[in-house]
Amino acid sequence: MKRRYKDIVAFASGRVFLVMVNALAVLIFCGLLIKAAPILQTVSLSDLLFSSVWHPMKHQFGLFPFIVSTLAVTLLAMLIAIPICLFASIYLAEYATRRFREVSRLIIDILAGIPSVIYGLCGVLVIVPFVAVLGEKFDVSTAGYSLLAGGLVLAVMVIPFIIAISVEVLRMIPGPFRESALALGATKWETVKYVVLKKARKGLVAAVVLGFARAFGETMAVLMVVGNVAQVPTSIFDPAYPLPALIANNYGEVMSIPLYDAALMSAALILMTVVAVFSLSAHYTLSRLGEHND
Amino acid sequence: MNRRKLEENIFKALMAVSLGLVFLALAGIVLIVLVKGLSSLSWSMIFETPKGGYYLGGEGGIANAIVGSLYLVAGATLLALMVSLPVALALQKEYLGKKFADVTRLMLDILWGTPSIVYGAFGFVIMVWLGLRASLLGGIIVLTLLMIPIMTRAMDEAVRLVPFELKEMAYAMGTTRYETTLAVVLRQAFPGICTGIILAIGRGIGDAASILFTAGYTDEIPRSLFDPVASLPLAVFFQSGTPVPEVQARAYTAALILLFIVLVINIVARLLGWRFSKNIVR
Repeated sequence: MKRRYKDIVAFASGRVFLVMVNALAVLIFCGLLIKAAPILQTVSLSDLLFSSVWHPMKHQFGLFPFIVSTLAVTLLAMLIAIPICLFASIYLAEYATRRFREVSRLIIDILAGIPSVIYGLCGVLVIVPFVAVLGEKFDVSTAGYSLLAGGLVLAVMVIPFIIAISVEVLRMIPGPFRESALALGATKWETVKYVVLKKARKGLVAAVVLGFARAFGETMAVLMVVGNVAQVPTSIFDPAYPLPALIANNYGEVMSIPLYDAALMSAALILMTVVAVFSLSAHYTLSRLGEHND
Repeated sequence: MNRRKLEENIFKALMAVSLGLVFLALAGIVLIVLVKGLSSLSWSMIFETPKGGYYLGGEGGIANAIVGSLYLVAGATLLALMVSLPVALALQKEYLGKKFADVTRLMLDILWGTPSIVYGAFGFVIMVWLGLRASLLGGIIVLTLLMIPIMTRAMDEAVRLVPFELKEMAYAMGTTRYETTLAVVLRQAFPGICTGIILAIGRGIGDAASILFTAGYTDEIPRSLFDPVASLPLAVFFQSGTPVPEVQARAYTAALILLFIVLVINIVARLLGWRFSKNIVR
Protein backbone atom coordinates (compact mmCIF):
# COMPACT_ATOMS: atom_id res chain seq x y z
CA MET A 1 0.00 0.00 0.00
CA LYS A 2 2.89 2.32 0.77
CA ARG A 3 4.12 1.84 -2.79
CA ARG A 4 0.78 2.89 -4.18
CA TYR A 5 0.87 6.14 -2.15
CA LYS A 6 4.37 6.92 -3.34
CA ASP A 7 3.18 6.55 -6.91
CA ILE A 8 0.24 8.85 -6.29
CA VAL A 9 2.43 11.49 -4.62
CA ALA A 10 4.90 11.35 -7.54
CA PHE A 11 2.03 11.68 -10.01
CA ALA A 12 0.55 14.66 -8.19
CA SER A 13 3.83 16.53 -7.87
CA GLY A 14 4.57 15.87 -11.54
CA ARG A 15 1.22 17.45 -12.39
CA VAL A 16 2.03 20.50 -10.29
CA PHE A 17 5.29 21.05 -12.17
CA LEU A 18 3.57 20.52 -15.50
CA VAL A 19 0.95 23.14 -14.70
CA MET A 20 3.74 25.49 -13.56
CA VAL A 21 5.58 25.20 -16.85
CA ASN A 22 2.38 25.70 -18.83
CA ALA A 23 1.54 28.74 -16.75
CA LEU A 24 4.98 30.26 -17.26
CA ALA A 25 4.48 31.29 -20.89
CA VAL A 26 1.04 32.72 -20.07
CA LEU A 27 2.47 34.45 -17.01
CA ILE A 28 5.26 36.12 -18.98
CA PHE A 29 2.79 37.28 -21.61
CA CYS A 30 0.32 38.64 -19.05
CA GLY A 31 3.07 40.27 -16.99
CA LEU A 32 4.31 42.17 -20.04
CA LEU A 33 0.73 43.01 -21.04
CA ILE A 34 -0.14 44.49 -17.64
CA LYS A 35 3.06 46.52 -17.58
CA ALA A 36 2.59 47.73 -21.16
CA ALA A 37 -1.10 48.64 -20.88
CA PRO A 38 -0.68 52.13 -19.28
CA ILE A 39 0.97 53.39 -22.48
CA LEU A 40 -2.34 53.15 -24.30
CA GLN A 41 -3.84 55.77 -21.99
CA THR A 42 -1.77 58.53 -23.55
CA VAL A 43 -0.74 57.10 -26.92
CA SER A 44 -3.10 55.42 -29.35
CA LEU A 45 -2.21 51.96 -30.63
CA SER A 46 -1.73 53.19 -34.19
CA ASP A 47 0.55 56.01 -32.96
CA LEU A 48 2.53 53.53 -30.90
CA LEU A 49 3.06 51.22 -33.86
CA PHE A 50 3.22 53.64 -36.79
CA SER A 51 4.49 56.98 -35.50
CA SER A 52 8.15 57.80 -36.08
CA VAL A 53 8.39 60.35 -33.30
CA TRP A 54 10.40 59.03 -30.36
CA HIS A 55 10.71 61.65 -27.63
CA PRO A 56 10.27 59.90 -24.27
CA MET A 57 10.73 63.22 -22.44
CA LYS A 58 7.73 64.69 -24.29
CA HIS A 59 5.66 61.52 -23.91
CA GLN A 60 5.87 60.70 -27.59
CA PHE A 61 6.50 57.01 -28.04
CA GLY A 62 6.46 56.04 -31.72
CA LEU A 63 7.95 52.57 -32.14
CA PHE A 64 7.83 52.64 -35.95
CA PRO A 65 11.57 53.24 -36.58
CA PHE A 66 12.43 50.38 -34.23
CA ILE A 67 9.93 48.00 -35.77
CA VAL A 68 11.17 48.81 -39.28
CA SER A 69 14.79 48.40 -38.13
CA THR A 70 14.08 45.01 -36.59
CA LEU A 71 12.29 43.79 -39.71
CA ALA A 72 14.96 45.18 -42.04
CA VAL A 73 17.90 43.73 -40.17
CA THR A 74 16.22 40.34 -39.82
CA LEU A 75 15.13 40.15 -43.46
CA LEU A 76 18.59 41.18 -44.63
CA ALA A 77 20.10 38.44 -42.48
CA MET A 78 17.69 35.85 -43.87
CA LEU A 79 18.44 36.97 -47.44
CA ILE A 80 22.13 36.32 -46.84
CA ALA A 81 21.59 33.15 -44.84
CA ILE A 82 19.00 31.28 -46.91
CA PRO A 83 21.08 30.38 -50.00
CA ILE A 84 24.11 29.41 -47.90
CA CYS A 85 21.97 27.29 -45.58
CA LEU A 86 20.18 25.62 -48.46
CA PHE A 87 23.34 24.58 -50.31
CA ALA A 88 25.25 23.60 -47.19
CA SER A 89 22.44 21.46 -45.84
CA ILE A 90 21.84 19.77 -49.21
CA TYR A 91 25.50 18.84 -49.29
CA LEU A 92 25.48 17.53 -45.72
CA ALA A 93 22.26 15.58 -46.14
CA GLU A 94 22.64 14.21 -49.68
CA TYR A 95 26.28 14.17 -50.75
CA ALA A 96 28.43 13.93 -47.63
CA THR A 97 29.72 10.67 -46.18
CA ARG A 98 28.46 9.69 -42.78
CA ARG A 99 31.74 10.55 -41.12
CA PHE A 100 31.92 14.01 -42.70
CA ARG A 101 28.31 14.68 -41.73
CA GLU A 102 29.00 13.85 -38.11
CA VAL A 103 32.10 16.02 -37.93
CA SER A 104 30.22 18.88 -39.60
CA ARG A 105 27.37 18.44 -37.16
CA LEU A 106 29.81 18.91 -34.31
CA ILE A 107 31.23 22.07 -35.88
CA ILE A 108 27.77 23.47 -36.55
CA ASP A 109 26.61 22.72 -33.00
CA ILE A 110 29.66 24.50 -31.63
CA LEU A 111 28.97 27.51 -33.87
CA ALA A 112 25.37 27.59 -32.67
CA GLY A 113 26.54 27.52 -29.06
CA ILE A 114 28.93 30.48 -29.22
CA PRO A 115 27.57 33.30 -27.04
CA SER A 116 26.16 36.26 -28.94
CA VAL A 117 28.51 38.82 -27.34
CA ILE A 118 31.40 36.98 -28.98
CA TYR A 119 29.70 37.25 -32.38
CA GLY A 120 29.23 40.94 -31.64
CA LEU A 121 32.86 41.39 -30.65
CA CYS A 122 34.10 39.77 -33.86
CA GLY A 123 31.53 41.78 -35.81
CA VAL A 124 32.91 45.04 -34.44
CA LEU A 125 36.44 43.97 -35.35
CA VAL A 126 35.84 42.51 -38.82
CA ILE A 127 32.43 43.29 -40.26
CA VAL A 128 32.07 46.95 -39.26
CA PRO A 129 35.35 48.02 -40.95
CA PHE A 130 34.44 45.83 -43.93
CA VAL A 131 31.11 47.64 -44.31
CA ALA A 132 32.86 51.00 -43.97
CA VAL A 133 35.23 50.08 -46.82
CA LEU A 134 32.31 48.80 -48.86
CA GLY A 135 30.51 52.10 -48.26
CA GLU A 136 33.48 54.01 -49.64
CA LYS A 137 33.37 51.91 -52.82
CA PHE A 138 29.73 52.92 -53.32
CA ASP A 139 30.39 56.56 -52.38
CA VAL A 140 28.28 56.41 -49.24
CA SER A 141 29.67 57.91 -46.07
CA THR A 142 29.23 55.40 -43.28
CA ALA A 143 31.06 54.58 -40.07
CA GLY A 144 30.30 50.92 -40.71
CA TYR A 145 27.85 50.64 -37.83
CA SER A 146 24.85 49.99 -40.04
CA LEU A 147 21.93 47.85 -41.07
CA LEU A 148 24.24 45.83 -43.32
CA ALA A 149 26.70 45.10 -40.50
CA GLY A 150 23.81 43.97 -38.28
CA GLY A 151 22.43 41.79 -41.06
CA LEU A 152 25.79 40.15 -41.72
CA VAL A 153 26.47 39.36 -38.05
CA LEU A 154 22.95 38.08 -37.61
CA ALA A 155 23.28 35.91 -40.71
CA VAL A 156 26.44 34.27 -39.37
CA MET A 157 24.58 33.62 -36.12
CA VAL A 158 21.45 31.99 -37.57
CA ILE A 159 23.16 29.97 -40.31
CA PRO A 160 24.24 27.07 -38.04
CA PHE A 161 20.81 27.09 -36.42
CA ILE A 162 18.96 26.80 -39.75
CA ILE A 163 21.39 24.24 -41.20
CA ALA A 164 20.96 21.93 -38.20
CA ILE A 165 17.17 21.82 -38.69
CA SER A 166 17.31 21.66 -42.51
CA VAL A 167 19.64 18.66 -42.48
CA GLU A 168 17.23 16.84 -40.16
CA VAL A 169 14.34 17.68 -42.50
CA LEU A 170 16.19 16.45 -45.59
CA ARG A 171 17.28 13.26 -43.85
CA MET A 172 13.64 12.51 -43.05
CA ILE A 173 12.77 12.09 -46.76
CA PRO A 174 12.61 8.32 -47.31
CA GLY A 175 15.35 6.78 -49.48
CA PRO A 176 13.09 5.09 -52.08
CA PHE A 177 12.08 8.52 -53.45
CA ARG A 178 15.69 9.18 -54.38
CA GLU A 179 16.27 5.68 -55.68
CA SER A 180 13.35 5.82 -58.09
CA ALA A 181 14.54 9.14 -59.51
CA LEU A 182 18.10 7.85 -59.85
CA ALA A 183 16.81 4.67 -61.50
CA LEU A 184 15.07 6.83 -64.13
CA GLY A 185 18.47 8.20 -65.07
CA ALA A 186 18.41 11.49 -63.18
CA THR A 187 21.72 12.88 -61.99
CA LYS A 188 22.15 13.35 -58.26
CA TRP A 189 21.48 17.08 -58.49
CA GLU A 190 18.35 16.48 -60.58
CA THR A 191 17.13 14.04 -57.95
CA VAL A 192 17.66 16.68 -55.30
CA LYS A 193 16.06 19.42 -57.38
CA TYR A 194 12.97 17.59 -58.62
CA VAL A 195 12.31 15.07 -55.85
CA VAL A 196 14.00 15.81 -52.53
CA LEU A 197 13.50 19.57 -52.44
CA LYS A 198 9.89 19.22 -53.55
CA LYS A 199 9.21 16.73 -50.77
CA ALA A 200 11.10 18.76 -48.17
CA ARG A 201 9.75 22.18 -49.11
CA LYS A 202 7.45 22.63 -46.12
CA GLY A 203 10.06 21.49 -43.63
CA LEU A 204 12.71 23.75 -45.12
CA VAL A 205 10.35 26.73 -44.94
CA ALA A 206 9.71 25.88 -41.29
CA ALA A 207 13.47 25.77 -40.66
CA VAL A 208 13.84 29.24 -42.19
CA VAL A 209 10.88 30.55 -40.18
CA LEU A 210 12.48 29.26 -36.97
CA GLY A 211 15.69 30.99 -37.98
CA PHE A 212 13.71 34.19 -38.57
CA ALA A 213 12.16 33.95 -35.12
CA ARG A 214 15.58 33.37 -33.58
CA ALA A 215 17.09 36.34 -35.43
CA PHE A 216 14.14 38.63 -34.65
CA GLY A 217 14.82 38.71 -30.93
CA GLU A 218 18.61 38.56 -30.99
CA THR A 219 19.96 41.38 -28.87
CA MET A 220 23.60 41.76 -27.93
CA ALA A 221 25.41 40.98 -31.18
CA VAL A 222 23.15 43.24 -33.22
CA LEU A 223 23.23 45.99 -30.62
CA MET A 224 27.02 46.12 -30.85
CA VAL A 225 27.24 46.66 -34.62
CA VAL A 226 24.01 48.27 -35.80
CA GLY A 227 24.62 51.88 -34.79
CA ASN A 228 21.54 52.51 -32.63
CA VAL A 229 20.16 55.70 -34.15
CA ALA A 230 16.40 56.15 -33.78
CA GLN A 231 15.37 56.79 -37.39
CA VAL A 232 13.74 54.86 -40.19
CA PRO A 233 16.73 53.52 -42.18
CA THR A 234 16.59 54.33 -45.90
CA SER A 235 19.59 52.36 -47.13
CA ILE A 236 21.53 49.35 -45.90
CA PHE A 237 24.42 51.68 -44.98
CA ASP A 238 22.22 53.67 -42.58
CA PRO A 239 22.40 52.94 -38.89
CA ALA A 240 19.33 51.26 -37.44
CA TYR A 241 17.86 50.66 -33.99
CA PRO A 242 16.05 47.32 -33.53
CA LEU A 243 13.54 46.70 -30.73
CA PRO A 244 15.74 44.42 -28.60
CA ALA A 245 18.54 47.00 -28.68
CA LEU A 246 16.05 49.68 -27.65
CA ILE A 247 15.06 47.68 -24.59
CA ALA A 248 18.62 46.75 -23.67
CA ASN A 249 19.99 50.29 -24.02
CA ASN A 250 17.29 52.15 -22.14
CA TYR A 251 16.04 49.92 -19.41
CA GLY A 252 18.43 51.27 -16.80
CA GLU A 253 17.01 54.79 -16.90
CA VAL A 254 13.28 54.13 -17.31
CA MET A 255 12.28 54.89 -13.77
CA SER A 256 12.89 58.62 -14.06
CA ILE A 257 10.49 59.19 -16.98
CA PRO A 258 6.80 58.30 -16.62
CA LEU A 259 5.40 55.75 -19.10
CA TYR A 260 8.88 55.03 -20.47
CA ASP A 261 8.86 51.56 -18.93
CA ALA A 262 5.40 50.91 -20.39
CA ALA A 263 6.71 51.83 -23.85
CA LEU A 264 9.66 49.46 -23.50
CA MET A 265 7.37 46.72 -22.19
CA SER A 266 5.16 47.10 -25.25
CA ALA A 267 8.32 46.65 -27.34
CA ALA A 268 9.04 43.42 -25.44
CA LEU A 269 5.43 42.36 -25.91
CA ILE A 270 5.68 42.89 -29.68
CA LEU A 271 8.88 40.83 -29.77
CA MET A 272 7.39 37.98 -27.79
CA THR A 273 4.17 37.89 -29.79
CA VAL A 274 5.88 37.87 -33.19
CA VAL A 275 8.40 35.24 -32.15
CA ALA A 276 5.72 33.06 -30.55
CA VAL A 277 3.52 33.14 -33.66
CA PHE A 278 6.42 32.31 -35.97
CA SER A 279 7.90 29.54 -33.87
CA LEU A 280 4.51 27.97 -33.17
CA SER A 281 3.65 27.74 -36.85
CA ALA A 282 7.09 26.34 -37.66
CA HIS A 283 6.98 23.75 -34.88
CA TYR A 284 3.50 22.73 -35.95
CA THR A 285 4.70 22.16 -39.52
CA LEU A 286 7.75 20.24 -38.34
CA SER A 287 5.79 17.95 -36.01
CA ARG A 288 3.28 17.14 -38.77
CA LEU A 289 6.16 16.36 -41.10
CA GLY A 290 7.37 13.58 -38.81
CA GLU A 291 3.91 11.98 -38.67
CA HIS A 292 3.53 11.85 -42.46
CA ASN A 293 6.71 9.97 -43.09
CA ASP A 294 6.22 7.35 -40.41
CA MET B 1 24.37 15.04 -71.37
CA ASN B 2 27.17 17.54 -70.94
CA ARG B 3 24.81 20.28 -69.85
CA ARG B 4 23.43 18.08 -67.09
CA LYS B 5 26.92 17.19 -65.86
CA LEU B 6 27.80 20.89 -65.94
CA GLU B 7 24.74 21.79 -63.86
CA GLU B 8 25.65 19.09 -61.36
CA ASN B 9 29.17 20.44 -61.04
CA ILE B 10 28.10 24.07 -60.74
CA PHE B 11 25.76 23.29 -57.89
CA LYS B 12 28.28 21.04 -56.21
CA ALA B 13 30.74 23.93 -56.30
CA LEU B 14 28.12 26.24 -54.79
CA MET B 15 27.57 23.74 -52.00
CA ALA B 16 31.28 23.47 -51.32
CA VAL B 17 31.57 27.27 -51.17
CA SER B 18 28.61 27.56 -48.78
CA LEU B 19 29.91 24.90 -46.44
CA GLY B 20 33.38 26.39 -46.66
CA LEU B 21 31.99 29.77 -45.57
CA VAL B 22 30.37 28.17 -42.52
CA PHE B 23 33.58 26.46 -41.46
CA LEU B 24 35.51 29.64 -42.18
CA ALA B 25 33.19 31.55 -39.82
CA LEU B 26 34.01 29.21 -36.94
CA ALA B 27 37.72 29.21 -37.70
CA GLY B 28 37.66 33.02 -38.00
CA ILE B 29 35.89 33.55 -34.69
CA VAL B 30 38.11 31.14 -32.78
CA LEU B 31 41.25 32.60 -34.36
CA ILE B 32 40.27 36.24 -33.70
CA VAL B 33 39.38 35.58 -30.08
CA LEU B 34 42.49 33.46 -29.56
CA VAL B 35 44.97 35.87 -31.13
CA LYS B 36 43.48 39.05 -29.68
CA GLY B 37 42.69 37.49 -26.32
CA LEU B 38 46.02 35.79 -25.63
CA SER B 39 47.91 39.09 -25.67
CA SER B 40 46.49 40.21 -22.34
CA LEU B 41 45.83 36.82 -20.80
CA SER B 42 47.71 36.36 -17.55
CA TRP B 43 47.28 34.76 -14.14
CA SER B 44 46.29 38.08 -12.63
CA MET B 45 43.51 38.39 -15.27
CA ILE B 46 42.01 35.16 -14.00
CA PHE B 47 42.67 35.36 -10.27
CA GLU B 48 42.36 39.05 -9.39
CA THR B 49 39.42 41.37 -9.17
CA PRO B 50 39.68 44.83 -10.79
CA LYS B 51 41.85 47.22 -8.80
CA GLY B 52 41.68 51.03 -8.78
CA GLY B 53 42.03 52.43 -12.30
CA TYR B 54 41.41 49.05 -13.93
CA TYR B 55 39.03 50.56 -16.43
CA LEU B 56 41.71 53.07 -17.46
CA GLY B 57 44.22 50.31 -18.11
CA GLY B 58 45.33 49.74 -14.50
CA GLU B 59 46.08 46.56 -12.58
CA GLY B 60 43.65 43.77 -11.86
CA GLY B 61 41.67 41.03 -13.55
CA ILE B 62 38.22 39.71 -14.17
CA ALA B 63 37.94 37.13 -11.39
CA ASN B 64 34.76 38.95 -10.34
CA ALA B 65 33.15 38.10 -13.69
CA ILE B 66 34.42 34.51 -13.81
CA VAL B 67 33.27 33.70 -10.29
CA GLY B 68 30.06 35.66 -10.85
CA SER B 69 29.20 33.68 -13.97
CA LEU B 70 29.88 30.41 -12.16
CA TYR B 71 27.65 31.45 -9.22
CA LEU B 72 24.85 32.52 -11.56
CA VAL B 73 24.96 29.37 -13.65
CA ALA B 74 25.37 27.01 -10.70
CA GLY B 75 22.32 28.47 -8.98
CA ALA B 76 20.23 28.58 -12.13
CA THR B 77 21.19 25.03 -13.16
CA LEU B 78 20.16 23.66 -9.78
CA LEU B 79 16.81 25.45 -9.81
CA ALA B 80 16.09 24.65 -13.46
CA LEU B 81 16.93 21.00 -12.85
CA MET B 82 14.41 20.86 -10.03
CA VAL B 83 11.68 21.90 -12.44
CA SER B 84 12.84 20.34 -15.71
CA LEU B 85 13.41 16.78 -14.58
CA PRO B 86 9.96 16.29 -13.00
CA VAL B 87 8.33 17.89 -16.04
CA ALA B 88 10.23 15.72 -18.51
CA LEU B 89 9.32 12.59 -16.53
CA ALA B 90 5.70 13.66 -16.08
CA LEU B 91 5.43 14.07 -19.87
CA GLN B 92 5.58 10.27 -20.27
CA LYS B 93 2.42 8.87 -21.74
CA GLU B 94 1.60 6.79 -18.65
CA TYR B 95 1.11 10.01 -16.75
CA LEU B 96 -0.99 12.19 -18.97
CA GLY B 97 -3.17 12.33 -22.06
CA LYS B 98 -1.86 13.20 -25.50
CA LYS B 99 -3.69 16.55 -25.61
CA PHE B 100 -2.14 17.82 -22.38
CA ALA B 101 1.29 16.59 -23.46
CA ASP B 102 0.98 18.28 -26.85
CA VAL B 103 -0.07 21.59 -25.31
CA THR B 104 2.80 21.42 -22.82
CA ARG B 105 5.32 20.75 -25.59
CA LEU B 106 3.87 23.67 -27.55
CA MET B 107 4.25 25.94 -24.52
CA LEU B 108 7.84 24.74 -24.13
CA ASP B 109 8.46 25.54 -27.79
CA ILE B 110 7.16 29.08 -27.23
CA LEU B 111 9.33 29.50 -24.13
CA TRP B 112 12.32 28.05 -25.97
CA GLY B 113 11.97 30.59 -28.76
CA THR B 114 11.27 33.59 -26.54
CA PRO B 115 14.18 36.05 -26.90
CA SER B 116 16.39 36.38 -23.85
CA ILE B 117 15.83 40.14 -23.72
CA VAL B 118 12.14 39.39 -23.08
CA TYR B 119 13.12 37.15 -20.16
CA GLY B 120 15.27 40.00 -18.93
CA ALA B 121 12.40 42.50 -19.12
CA PHE B 122 9.99 40.08 -17.45
CA GLY B 123 12.54 39.23 -14.76
CA PHE B 124 12.94 42.92 -14.05
CA VAL B 125 9.18 43.31 -13.63
CA ILE B 126 9.16 40.46 -11.12
CA MET B 127 12.12 41.92 -9.23
CA VAL B 128 10.43 45.31 -8.96
CA TRP B 129 7.32 43.54 -7.72
CA LEU B 130 9.32 41.64 -5.11
CA GLY B 131 11.29 44.75 -4.18
CA LEU B 132 14.63 43.26 -5.27
CA ARG B 133 17.50 45.27 -6.71
CA ALA B 134 19.84 43.95 -9.40
CA SER B 135 21.40 41.03 -7.57
CA LEU B 136 22.73 37.50 -7.74
CA LEU B 137 19.28 36.22 -6.82
CA GLY B 138 17.62 38.22 -9.62
CA GLY B 139 20.12 36.94 -12.15
CA ILE B 140 19.65 33.36 -10.98
CA ILE B 141 15.86 33.63 -11.26
CA VAL B 142 15.99 34.96 -14.82
CA LEU B 143 18.61 32.45 -15.95
CA THR B 144 16.50 29.67 -14.43
CA LEU B 145 13.51 30.74 -16.52
CA LEU B 146 15.73 30.88 -19.61
CA MET B 147 17.21 27.43 -18.98
CA ILE B 148 14.01 25.56 -18.08
CA PRO B 149 12.70 25.16 -21.65
CA ILE B 150 16.14 24.21 -23.05
CA MET B 151 16.67 21.58 -20.36
CA THR B 152 13.14 20.21 -20.40
CA ARG B 153 13.03 19.78 -24.18
CA ALA B 154 16.33 17.92 -24.27
CA MET B 155 15.33 15.69 -21.34
CA ASP B 156 11.92 15.05 -22.84
CA GLU B 157 13.60 13.82 -26.04
CA ALA B 158 15.82 11.50 -24.02
CA VAL B 159 12.92 10.15 -21.95
CA ARG B 160 10.82 9.56 -25.07
CA LEU B 161 13.61 7.50 -26.62
CA VAL B 162 13.36 4.88 -23.87
CA PRO B 163 11.75 1.86 -25.57
CA PHE B 164 8.25 1.22 -24.30
CA GLU B 165 8.84 -2.55 -24.28
CA LEU B 166 11.45 -2.05 -21.60
CA LYS B 167 8.97 -0.25 -19.39
CA GLU B 168 6.34 -2.89 -20.10
CA MET B 169 8.71 -5.55 -18.78
CA ALA B 170 9.02 -3.62 -15.54
CA TYR B 171 5.26 -3.16 -15.31
CA ALA B 172 4.74 -6.88 -15.94
CA MET B 173 6.73 -7.55 -12.80
CA GLY B 174 4.26 -5.47 -10.83
CA THR B 175 6.16 -2.20 -10.37
CA THR B 176 4.35 1.09 -10.10
CA ARG B 177 4.90 3.93 -12.58
CA TYR B 178 7.05 5.72 -10.00
CA GLU B 179 9.31 2.70 -9.48
CA THR B 180 9.64 2.10 -13.20
CA THR B 181 10.55 5.72 -13.74
CA LEU B 182 13.27 5.59 -11.12
CA ALA B 183 14.68 2.18 -11.95
CA VAL B 184 14.32 1.98 -15.73
CA VAL B 185 13.58 5.33 -17.34
CA LEU B 186 16.05 7.47 -15.39
CA ARG B 187 18.84 4.97 -15.95
CA GLN B 188 18.10 4.60 -19.65
CA ALA B 189 17.71 8.31 -20.28
CA PHE B 190 20.70 9.29 -18.12
CA PRO B 191 23.11 10.26 -20.92
CA GLY B 192 20.40 12.30 -22.65
CA ILE B 193 19.51 14.02 -19.39
CA CYS B 194 23.16 14.90 -18.75
CA THR B 195 23.50 16.27 -22.27
CA GLY B 196 20.39 18.38 -21.72
CA ILE B 197 21.76 19.83 -18.49
CA ILE B 198 25.10 20.64 -20.07
CA LEU B 199 23.52 22.23 -23.14
CA ALA B 200 21.42 24.46 -20.89
CA ILE B 201 24.54 25.42 -18.93
CA GLY B 202 26.25 26.37 -22.19
CA ARG B 203 23.37 28.60 -23.21
CA GLY B 204 22.99 30.09 -19.74
CA ILE B 205 26.62 31.02 -19.22
CA GLY B 206 26.84 32.93 -22.50
CA ASP B 207 23.62 34.86 -22.26
CA ALA B 208 24.03 38.57 -21.69
CA ALA B 209 20.70 40.16 -22.58
CA SER B 210 18.70 38.46 -19.82
CA ILE B 211 21.03 39.40 -16.96
CA LEU B 212 21.76 42.90 -18.18
CA PHE B 213 19.32 44.56 -15.77
CA THR B 214 18.69 41.71 -13.37
CA ALA B 215 22.20 40.79 -12.17
CA GLY B 216 23.89 44.18 -12.44
CA TYR B 217 27.68 44.50 -12.54
CA THR B 218 30.24 45.01 -9.80
CA ASP B 219 33.96 44.79 -9.19
CA GLU B 220 33.45 42.71 -6.04
CA ILE B 221 32.78 39.02 -5.73
CA PRO B 222 29.26 38.84 -4.23
CA ARG B 223 29.00 37.82 -0.58
CA SER B 224 25.25 37.25 -0.40
CA LEU B 225 22.36 36.50 -2.74
CA PHE B 226 21.32 40.13 -2.61
CA ASP B 227 24.61 41.61 -3.82
CA PRO B 228 24.93 42.56 -7.49
CA VAL B 229 27.16 40.23 -9.47
CA ALA B 230 29.45 40.55 -12.50
CA SER B 231 29.37 38.03 -15.36
CA LEU B 232 31.63 37.07 -18.25
CA PRO B 233 29.35 38.03 -21.17
CA LEU B 234 28.74 41.44 -19.63
CA ALA B 235 32.47 41.79 -18.94
CA VAL B 236 33.02 41.30 -22.68
CA PHE B 237 30.26 43.75 -23.54
CA PHE B 238 31.19 46.57 -21.17
CA GLN B 239 34.94 46.36 -21.74
CA SER B 240 34.59 46.36 -25.52
CA GLY B 241 32.56 49.56 -25.23
CA THR B 242 35.27 51.57 -23.45
CA PRO B 243 37.59 53.92 -25.38
CA VAL B 244 40.78 52.72 -23.62
CA PRO B 245 42.70 50.27 -25.88
CA GLU B 246 44.10 48.21 -22.96
CA VAL B 247 40.62 47.64 -21.62
CA GLN B 248 39.31 46.78 -25.09
CA ALA B 249 42.03 44.16 -25.40
CA ARG B 250 40.82 42.69 -22.12
CA ALA B 251 37.35 42.31 -23.64
CA TYR B 252 38.94 39.76 -25.97
CA THR B 253 40.57 38.02 -23.02
CA ALA B 254 37.19 37.78 -21.29
CA ALA B 255 35.75 36.48 -24.58
CA LEU B 256 38.57 33.91 -24.78
CA ILE B 257 37.79 32.60 -21.30
CA LEU B 258 34.06 32.50 -22.08
CA LEU B 259 34.63 30.78 -25.43
CA PHE B 260 36.93 28.24 -23.77
CA ILE B 261 34.28 27.41 -21.16
CA VAL B 262 31.56 27.07 -23.81
CA LEU B 263 33.72 24.86 -26.06
CA VAL B 264 34.66 22.59 -23.15
CA ILE B 265 31.00 22.34 -22.14
CA ASN B 266 30.00 21.40 -25.70
CA ILE B 267 32.68 18.76 -26.04
CA VAL B 268 32.04 17.25 -22.61
CA ALA B 269 28.32 17.03 -23.44
CA ARG B 270 29.13 15.08 -26.59
CA LEU B 271 31.64 12.77 -24.92
CA LEU B 272 29.21 12.04 -22.09
CA GLY B 273 26.44 11.12 -24.48
CA TRP B 274 28.88 8.92 -26.35
CA ARG B 275 30.40 7.16 -23.35
CA PHE B 276 27.23 6.44 -21.43
CA SER B 277 25.26 5.32 -24.46
CA LYS B 278 27.28 2.09 -24.44
CA ASN B 279 25.19 0.79 -21.52
CA ILE B 280 21.87 1.66 -23.08
CA VAL B 281 19.36 -0.72 -24.56
CA ARG B 282 18.03 0.47 -27.88
